[in-house]
Amino acid sequence: MSSTETSTARTTDTPAVGRDGVRTPEALPGRPGVPFGRTLHAELRKMVDTRAGRWMVIVMAAVAALILVAFLIWGPAEDASFSGLLELSTLPLAMLLPVLGIMAATAEWSQRTGLVTFTLEPHRGRVVLAKVLAALALALVVLVVAVAASALANVAGGTGEWDLSAAAAGGLVLALLIYVLQGVAFGLLFLNTPVAIVSVLVLPTVWSIATTAISSLQDIGRWLNLDLVTQPLFAGEMGGRDWAQLGTALAVWVLLPLAVGTHRVLHREVK
Amino acid sequence: MITVENLTKRYGGFTAVDDISFEVRPGSVVGFLGPNGAGKSTAMRMMTGLTPPTSGRATILGRTYRELHNPGRQVGVMLDASAQHPGRTGREVLLVAAISVGVSRTRVEEVLALVGLTDAEAGRRVRNYSLGMRQRLGIAAALLGEPQVLVLDEPANGLDPQGIHWMRGLLRRFADGGGTVLLSSHLLHEVQIVADDLVMIGRGRIVAMGSKEELLSRGGTTVHSTDDTRLAGLLEAADVPVTRTGSGLVVDAEPGVVGRIAAEERVVLLELRSGGSEGLEEMFLGLTAATSRVGDAA
Repeated sequence: MSSTETSTARTTDTPAVGRDGVRTPEALPGRPGVPFGRTLHAELRKMVDTRAGRWMVIVMAAVAALILVAFLIWGPAEDASFSGLLELSTLPLAMLLPVLGIMAATAEWSQRTGLVTFTLEPHRGRVVLAKVLAALALALVVLVVAVAASALANVAGGTGEWDLSAAAAGGLVLALLIYVLQGVAFGLLFLNTPVAIVSVLVLPTVWSIATTAISSLQDIGRWLNLDLVTQPLFAGEMGGRDWAQLGTALAVWVLLPLAVGTHRVLHREVK
Repeated sequence: MITVENLTKRYGGFTAVDDISFEVRPGSVVGFLGPNGAGKSTAMRMMTGLTPPTSGRATILGRTYRELHNPGRQVGVMLDASAQHPGRTGREVLLVAAISVGVSRTRVEEVLALVGLTDAEAGRRVRNYSLGMRQRLGIAAALLGEPQVLVLDEPANGLDPQGIHWMRGLLRRFADGGGTVLLSSHLLHEVQIVADDLVMIGRGRIVAMGSKEELLSRGGTTVHSTDDTRLAGLLEAADVPVTRTGSGLVVDAEPGVVGRIAAEERVVLLELRSGGSEGLEEMFLGLTAATSRVGDAA
């Protein structure tokens, strides 16, 4: 405890203002920071307690429902099996869930609420983890709703076939969680909502086009393309090579921005 | 208790906070006074762990901010009342904070009542709040965890005169209960109303520190009478040094001494107050003139 001793020694010659003789209270005992469960609870609530957050969830649900209804009315009847309907209803989710993740990550900086969040929990790494888990949890809730809606549509007007394989179901969950995580990662990386949204939508597409157009990039492209590799994932037809390609694409498009973004949040000055 | 030791922050070649040291004791409302860009906000962000110091350190209740268990229960912080999500209602802002700090819904209603936000106002989105309402909401959030220490950046900014007096009462009661308060301001008159003690900062350095009375009486007493020439002679005869200024006399003595001499000799006084030409106000104005530059951040 040598550091404490030096600080006490220095305190004596620090000029003081205020009253003499008022009892100095002790700091509360306990582990530094806030218990993680409370941080997670607060971050979950913050994702849906603003108009923007709530509407994102409502829009996702509404778009999924509309697509289902439209498909039942005008779509080819033979394709309206459970897995076909589910694939349709999760299509808008793959687009919009990353935005939810982005908004969770950027709000502290764009709305400057970080001044409050990071004074209540100065261990910013825990706040980042809570945001990641909160975004994943919300994505799962939305997915459960989409599954229920697809099942309902199947019973109401579909073929009544329950043709979803376990591999496809697992692939669907994994793919959507990856997209949400990518949103959080890009949000943390740019700490700016519009830039992060545009990047998440445009950069992978630009990369896809570049790697298909330029023949020398085609081989590398297959290993670093999240959209290509999620196709067998959604279909539940992942081979060994697909898993390896998923790993490399995940590392470049999700884990790398997540690591850089987290580093940024930990060291950036909150103003 | 807040202790700041040799705290320094440099941004490239610019030194925002330059080796400041002071201790804020409990039981007092301490004003952190300085012109815009003097380094007040940077210093407060370093105290609360939002900005890493270049060197030196700050502790609250004997620990660095990061080491505090559940900081919201020990330190109430408001660094910018405008930094709230405009889409949340005032009550929702406090409810989210209450989850993190670990206090009940009832406490949220308590602090809302404490800062005088009505039920209807608490249900409105922050987007529609005036600056004064945001300040009250920020103070409510700071008080939520029943802390021992308050760190408030420009809390009186945007409050009307009535609001400033309300804040004085609130902070006075907090300090009388053994709490420690550090609040910043760039307005001398505002801080004179609210604070008991002052730490004055300019260009990143501390230029004066002490109790308000002590600092205000620095530089003697200003006096103005119907016959200043006669009064000056009388004071000089009593061995009290006198300086003539444009609108009266500056005397190097307590107001009581001057008042007694004037009463005995039946001189009619028109003005008698602590503080001479080198008083706090002149010092502050000097600082403001020297440091106010176009484009300076607060």
